Amino acid sequence: MSALDDLRLVETEMAKCMKCGNCQAVCPLYKETLREAAVARGKVQLAYSYLKGEIPATQGLAEKLLFCLTCMACVANCPSGVQVDAVVLAARAALVREKGLPWLKNVIFQGLKRPWLFDLALRTGRHLQFLALRYQPELGRCHPRFPIGLELRRVLPPLAKRTLKEEFPEVVRPAHPRLRVAFFTGCLENYIYTDIGRSIINVLVANQVEVVIPKDQHCCGIPTLVHGDVHTAREMAASNLVIFQGYQYDYLVAACATCGEAWKHYYPQLLDATPSWQAAEAVAAKARDINELLLEIAYRPPAGNLPWKVTYHDPCHLVRGQGVSQQPRAILKSIPGLELAEMKNADRCCGSAGSFSLTNYDMSMRVQAHKVAAIRATGAEAVVTSCPACRMQLEDGLAQAGLGPRVLHVAQVLDQAYAAQDKAAAGWSAAS
Amino acid sequence: MKELEAILGRERLITEPEERWCYAFDAAAAQPKHLPVAVALPQSTQEVADIMRLATQHRVPVYPRGAGTNLSGGVIPREDGLVVSLVKMNQILELDAENLTATVQPGVVIQDLNDAVALHGLLYPPDPGSVTTATMGGSVAESSGGLRGLKYGVTKDYVMGLEVVLADGTVFSCGGKTVKNVSGYDLVKLFCGSEGTLGIITAITVRLIPAPEARRSMLAVFDRLEDAAHTITGIIGNKVIPATMEIMDNKTIRMVEEYCHAGLPVQAAAILLLEVDGIASVVEKEAAVVEQVCRENHGHIQVARDDAERDNLWTARRAALPACARLRPTTVLEDATVPRSKVPEMLMALQEIADKYNLVMATYGHAGDGNLHPTIACDERNPEEMERVSKAVDEIFRTAIKLGGTLSGEHGIGLAKERYMPLQFGESGVEVMRRIKQALDPLGLLNPGKLISMNPPGGGQQ
Repeated sequence: MSALDDLRLVETEMAKCMKCGNCQAVCPLYKETLREAAVARGKVQLAYSYLKGEIPATQGLAEKLLFCLTCMACVANCPSGVQVDAVVLAARAALVREKGLPWLKNVIFQGLKRPWLFDLALRTGRHLQFLALRYQPELGRCHPRFPIGLELRRVLPPLAKRTLKEEFPEVVRPAHPRLRVAFFTGCLENYIYTDIGRSIINVLVANQVEVVIPKDQHCCGIPTLVHGDVHTAREMAASNLVIFQGYQYDYLVAACATCGEAWKHYYPQLLDATPSWQAAEAVAAKARDINELLLEIAYRPPAGNLPWKVTYHDPCHLVRGQGVSQQPRAILKSIPGLELAEMKNADRCCGSAGSFSLTNYDMSMRVQAHKVAAIRATGAEAVVTSCPACRMQLEDGLAQAGLGPRVLHVAQVLDQAYAAQDKAAAGWSAAS
Repeated sequence: MKELEAILGRERLITEPEERWCYAFDAAAAQPKHLPVAVALPQSTQEVADIMRLATQHRVPVYPRGAGTNLSGGVIPREDGLVVSLVKMNQILELDAENLTATVQPGVVIQDLNDAVALHGLLYPPDPGSVTTATMGGSVAESSGGLRGLKYGVTKDYVMGLEVVLADGTVFSCGGKTVKNVSGYDLVKLFCGSEGTLGIITAITVRLIPAPEARRSMLAVFDRLEDAAHTITGIIGNKVIPATMEIMDNKTIRMVEEYCHAGLPVQAAAILLLEVDGIASVVEKEAAVVEQVCRENHGHIQVARDDAERDNLWTARRAALPACARLRPTTVLEDATVPRSKVPEMLMALQEIADKYNLVMATYGHAGDGNLHPTIACDERNPEEMERVSKAVDEIFRTAIKLGGTLSGEHGIGLAKERYMPLQFGESGVEVMRRIKQALDPLGLLNPGKLISMNPPGGGQQ
């Protein structure tokens, strides 16, 4: 039984809050709104009052608790060490238990938890997307044609013509594999950013790592969890776990900050009262972010020259969720010719926060404006990050601001550095 | 409510009950909550004046609020009324590097002002612990202090001019930019530390100083608390005023060390963290005096050799509160201040009080200015324990007053210490304050129940 099933289990966390207000200094949403309900201490007190029965489970309360990026900046800055994200998620779950989900979310989550339906919808979607999205060749991106629950101003990547799983066989084997990893692709890398997925596989194979891409894997389920639908999230966690238990591997690798967090932290928590708990813990111990994994297996530093000036954006669920921030920088610095120009507040949330950017587009863009300004100030020609969701948000923000920098995953940059090396080697051998 | 909406618009008037809950508290521990009827977020002096006129017309109590970081319950509503949050008035109106002044709206965060003036090589010295969140308006209303108080004083020593909205909506200004300004009553000082009971501050002109060009930080370790205390008086007796002179008792050292592993000596009875700043050659000379006095008092001294070591020391000091906070759920942070010659006596008394009421209490603070922070780690869900806390707090203040001290060095009186006011001022002193309050806010609408009670005893008037 975790706090996701019983709000009382985080009562001590709530009692620990000194209400000192230090969270105001770092909360991206407080910075924009300057309202107490937007900042951690306000939400913690709301959740506490709800638990104590001082306020009822109203729509207004649910909205206040949903208005959070779960970026954990407050957690990192809290003198008392309050796990604010745990409190917020537990409170959202308690409210859904009491009041149920709004119908639209219910419909979406029902679809999300049926992998075949979700997969069919998205694969059908790629043929029909031109009906809803207008492709802009100059951007390589789309604008929605009419309001489909999406903001018309929003710039979106199109769904890929072929999903990653369609593009690759289930097992990709280098000549002399030294170890074997299972790749959790997540939705974005499978349906949209297949270029990231391709680079992950290339980079792993280039390091003599055998890659297994379990074909039945589906969404990690965290979108349902953050909306308080613990039941669905638990089902999805259990299902993914069973699927991955069917394979032998040394590590489970994720290249999305939230998916990585799911396997490492959320699944063991979701499954803690079920017979699968030990299995979840075992897989959690094998789960790695791609950056982490590369350093752990002593990846091959590229010899090829990549004369780029880049800046790195830390995804919240990687830097604070998993404590991974030095590794991606180490990888970037290992690339000859590449200049890493640090932006101001590289670990500040880009405003995406998964579905937050869908439901609160304006606020999400206001948070993002600070990020865009910081990127602009570096003069970098590419922004590198480690999460496809951040990439989507950054691409939108940079396009809206009329800025040029491309947005790439660390793995893509490393992949290109390896490619440059091979090209140089080929050129040299051709010349000799 | 309609009229309020006409002044502010829908966006800047909070009426939803869920959101109003978030304005029923501040950083003070264990205070009763009362839901305000609405929260107004004005953006101009004019709007504040309009709000006050409306409040007077309808006899509605008004609770001005900044970032809500204060530790005395100063902004907690006591009865049905309107919270006026000034955080959206957050413009730096003028930075006058020639006259060394800055004029700001009340919602400017102190750190933001400091970042802005640093570009001109200037400094706004008051630095409360909450500097990254606290607002200028709140800081002036509470006359907050900080780590540099010994040499640089508290907020009221830097406020040169104010624009204030009175309870009836009258707007007036006092003070100004001139260094010399002695005309009439010192209304600027009257409003500094008035805790929102006399008027709402809508603009503030502060004095800036050139940022010190050099500084040196030192850590002195003592086996006996008395030695540390004598060092404090000894340094000042030798005509050196450090920017900072902080003390941590053994309990605090242990907790901090456990929390952040800064390399503090856990066996020591007390440590002093010292910093001298100013012109390089003067810093050199003063540091030598400090070192000598420490040695004469059996202290072992370490000097920070570089910025990293200096940062490490101050991180350790700043960790004192979080370290205590992580010990138990509730942290009651007190603010008793005594003349610095009485610091040793006060430290001993605090130890006895903690033992007497069987409480976990760590003491640290700004020893150089006599401002100690006995911090009690407790759990507000345990009524029996809170009863003991309350008794201990009572005794702490009685002791401080007995030693010639004050109820507050930098946190203000608010709700938490209102009942002790006659202890420090006597009935006649409190009566003078009542008359001032009566003259400026005859209906008792501004922050009722705080600082002084109007019709003793009991809260404000409806």
